Amino acid sequence: MLTKRIIPCLDIKNGRTVKGVNFIRLRDAGDPVELAARYAEEGADELVFLDISATEEKRKTLSELVLRVAEKVNIPFTVGGGISSVDDVGMLLKCGADKVSINSSAVKNPQLINELVAKFGSQCIVVAIDAKMIDNQWKVHLVGGKVSTELDLFGWAKEVEERGAGEILFTSMDHDGTKNGFANSALAKLSTELNIPIIASGGAGSVQHFIDTFTTGKADAALAASVFHFKEIEIKELKQQLFNNEIPVRL
Amino acid sequence: MKIVIIDYRAGNIQSIQFALNRLGFTAELTDDAEKIKTADKVIFPGVGEASSAMQKLKATGLDTLIPQLKQPVLGICLGMQLMCSYSEEGNTKGLGIFEDTIVKFNHGVKVPQIGWNQITNLSSDLFKGVKENEYMYLVHSYYAPVCKDTVATSFYGLEYSTALQKNNFYGVQFHPEKSSKAGELVLKNFLEL
Repeated sequence: MLTKRIIPCLDIKNGRTVKGVNFIRLRDAGDPVELAARYAEEGADELVFLDISATEEKRKTLSELVLRVAEKVNIPFTVGGGISSVDDVGMLLKCGADKVSINSSAVKNPQLINELVAKFGSQCIVVAIDAKMIDNQWKVHLVGGKVSTELDLFGWAKEVEERGAGEILFTSMDHDGTKNGFANSALAKLSTELNIPIIASGGAGSVQHFIDTFTTGKADAALAASVFHFKEIEIKELKQQLFNNEIPVRL
Repeated sequence: MKIVIIDYRAGNIQSIQFALNRLGFTAELTDDAEKIKTADKVIFPGVGEASSAMQKLKATGLDTLIPQLKQPVLGICLGMQLMCSYSEEGNTKGLGIFEDTIVKFNHGVKVPQIGWNQITNLSSDLFKGVKENEYMYLVHSYYAPVCKDTVATSFYGLEYSTALQKNNFYGVQFHPEKSSKAGELVLKNFLEL
């Protein structure tokens, strides 16, 4: 049986792992390669590296880090942040990334999704969507959440699927950093309306939140950062408790 | 031991190289027929789309070379699918090593299948020491139906072949290079064949 995935996310800035609260306040949380190896050892199913400063600073220096991670880690990982061209993606995959995640660049140029899928296949193209509820409507945001758009989350997600993306990583900006749980109703709607895997992101604070996002939220995978970095939740213990709650996980 | 990875620009080769390195081996990435023929072990990777991958194999004559190889050959993911007789993906005629037709998942499951699934009915030297129902990492939209060459199955809406074997030819749908310690054991078993 296909299992639900637990994905620690390593937000990278200047080569270090950081985690923002509501995308703004940043705290240093350690060396990414060390953390990645530790998570793989503890039973993480996948890893995500997001260079959160990349889009803002137009920086593309992840390849060296990707190479170091690929050398040391025996589980799949996704790389995102500031990726805006076929060449960027080719380089990251060549360095050993399994998937890449694109966000702002997909909104600015949706055709990029088609181009990447044609060149590298759906299986390695993740589209990350940051959204926030405004006047009772989920609106897509860009540049690490700083720029709002008129795009509706569900309409955009559908388009992303139609253009061939293999997976959607949905971050609720209203929930991110709050530790109050994931945006389960929006997630369940995405998961029902779309036929590609949905990764839940933003709001993890307790084991119960993960249980909820896999059941009520119908998520295929759940991503979190600080609860893992600061050892508030141990991955082994989390997966055992998911298992005890009859959620299929790899133990 | 001389290990080669067949080079036909099929994406994410680096991960396989690193996985072999972690096991204490190195492999040469090559499309040179002589080097491939004389290697002890041949790894046939693959990520991406079937028809364009097949075209690349044809362009270098690898399509006729691979089925003639006598040493152990391991096809991974798309590599395994290309070793079958036909793929629905891009209406692609494959290498015909396994008499199986690759079809798309189409029965109420999300496509692609992404994540860790269990492998069962293990019946190949490739799985020596690997326990039934072990988890492996998979990313794919097309699958190989169960056939006479099936040596492991997984379930995703239906039971399908997650590994095939015929004589010296082995194929795995999952990514051993990304499947933690269990995947490393499969690679190690292959290298010890």
